[in-house]
Amino acid sequence: MPDPAYMAEARRLPCSEWIKDHPRPLESLYRLTKQGVVRVYPLIKRISPRIAERLMAWGEVILKGWIFNCQMCGQCILHSTGMTCPMNCPKKLRNGPCGGVRHDNHCEVIAEMPCVWAQAWERSHSMRYYGDDMRILQPPVNHALQSMSAWANMVEGRDTDVPAGWDSAEGDEGADG
Amino acid sequence: MNHTASPSPRPIRSESRLEQTLRSGRFAVTAELNAPDSADPQGVYRNALVLSKCCHAINATDGAGANCHMSSISCCALLTRAGYETVLQVNCRDRNRIAIQGDLLGAAAMGVRNVLCITGDDVSVGDQPEAKRVFDMDSVHLLRTASTMRDTGVFLSGRPIKTPPRLFLGAVAGPCTPPYDWRPERLAKKVEAGADFVQTQFCFNVERFRAYMGQVRQLGLHERVFILIGVGPLRSERAAEYMRTKIPGVWIPDDIVARMARAPRSQQREEGIRICVEIIEQVREIEGVHGVHVMAYRQEEAVAEIIERAGLLPIDGFEAGGCAPDDVHSPR
Ligand code: SF4
Repeated sequence: MPDPAYMAEARRLPCSEWIKDHPRPLESLYRLTKQGVVRVYPLIKRISPRIAERLMAWGEVILKGWIFNCQMCGQCILHSTGMTCPMNCPKKLRNGPCGGVRHDNHCEVIAEMPCVWAQAWERSHSMRYYGDDMRILQPPVNHALQSMSAWANMVEGRDTDVPAGWDSAEGDEGADG
Repeated sequence: MNHTASPSPRPIRSESRLEQTLRSGRFAVTAELNAPDSADPQGVYRNALVLSKCCHAINATDGAGANCHMSSISCCALLTRAGYETVLQVNCRDRNRIAIQGDLLGAAAMGVRNVLCITGDDVSVGDQPEAKRVFDMDSVHLLRTASTMRDTGVFLSGRPIKTPPRLFLGAVAGPCTPPYDWRPERLAKKVEAGADFVQTQFCFNVERFRAYMGQVRQLGLHERVFILIGVGPLRSERAAEYMRTKIPGVWIPDDIVARMARAPRSQQREEGIRICVEIIEQVREIEGVHGVHVMAYRQEEAVAEIIERAGLLPIDGFEAGGCAPDDVHSPR
C-alpha cells in the first residue's frame, strides 16, 4: 500500500536522486549555506524575528524540499545521514535502518521506494567531511520543532537542545570506557 | 559448555537470571511465547509450561507482525506472577516515550528483569494497516532511555526516579538483512546506547551470519554484548515460502526451501526441525555466539524437541520457570 506522501519524492526535482547520489558537492553546499545562514539570519532577525523565521522556512521548503524531499522536522541532520533525509523513512528512524529492509535494498513499508538508510549508507562512503557522522548516536526527535525552520533553530541552538536525561547517560558512557 | 569466553560488558546491572546465565559462561537459550488471541490466562500458562523446561527466559512478543494479540506487558504480568523469567519486548510502533517509560517502571515493579527494545514491524504488514504509526523514538533511543533510567535513575526528561528499574537490556540485530556492512555498525550504536544482550532475527543463512560475526569481532562487540542468535523450525515448505515473502527481515535461502520441498508432506515438519538443529550446531561453533533464541510460531512443543536434539538439555542453573514465587516481587 504505497503512501502517496512518500511517492511525492518522484514529483520533486526530476534529477534529485542523481544529485543526491553525488553527495560531495552537496557537502560543500551545506557548508556554504550554513555560513550564509549564520550571518544573514541574525541581521534579518533584528528587523523582525518572525520574518526571519519565515524566510528561512521558505528557503528550506524550496531548496531542501526539492532536492531532499525535506519533511521540515526542524532539526536537520542531513549531513550526518549521507545527505539523505531520514524523515523520508516511513518509521522516521534517526539512527539507521530497521530490520525490515528488503533484499533489493527497498523499504519494508513502501516496496517501490529504496530504503533511505541503505541509500544514506551508500552515499556516506563517497563523502569527504561528514561520512563518518553516520555513526553518531542521534537523540530523539523534538516534535515541538516540526514545521519550524531548521536553519533558524540551528542559529538559536534549539535543534541541539536534547532532553536532560539524554545527556546524563553520556557521562555514564564515558565512565564506562 | 564454556566454549566461548564470556564477555563482561558491564558490571552486573540487574537481577536477571538470564544475565546470570550468560555471565556464568553458559550457552543460553531463550524462546518466544506466542501471545494468545484470548482473555484467558491459561493460554499463556499452557505455552509457558512447555517452554520453561527448555529455556532460560521466555520472550513475550509485543504485537508481532503488527497483529493484535495479548500485550507483552500483560503476558509478563501473568508469567512473573508464576515465577517465570521473562523478556519483555517493547516496540516503538505503538507507544510514545511517555507510555514506554511508564511501562518500563511497571514492568520492573512486577518482576520483569529483561527488556528487548525493538523498532517494530510496520503497521502495513499487519491486519490493521490503517492504524497510526507512532515511532516517537527509535530502538536506539529506547535503549538509551532505558539505560538512563536504570543507571542514572532519571527519566528522559531528567526528572529523578525513586527506585530505578534494574533491567537487563536487549537489542535486536538483523545479520541477514541489507545493508550488510552497516549492520555491525548499527549494532555498535545499540551497544553504545546501552544494549547488554542481543537477540537476532531468524538466521537461516549460516555463511552470511559467519561473515557478520567476523565484522562484529573486528569491532570488538562480542566482548561487550552477549549475542543470542535467532533460529526457528519451518513447519512446511508453504510456511517457509510465506515467511520469506511476507515477514519483514526474514531471509530463507533457496536451498533450504528446496530441501523442505524435497521432503514428503508428512515429513516436512521433521525436516524443518532437523534444519533448525543443524543451524544451531553450526552457529554454536562461531566465536562470540552466547546462545540461541528460538522462535517457533504456534509450535511450542517443537522448541523442546529442538533444544533436546541440539544437545542443550538440561537447562542447568536458572531455567525460565520454577523459581520460588516469593522471589518475584522484589526488584531492588
Ligand atoms: S526499510 Fe528503511 S526506509 Fe523503510 S522503514 Fe525500514 S529503515 Fe525506514
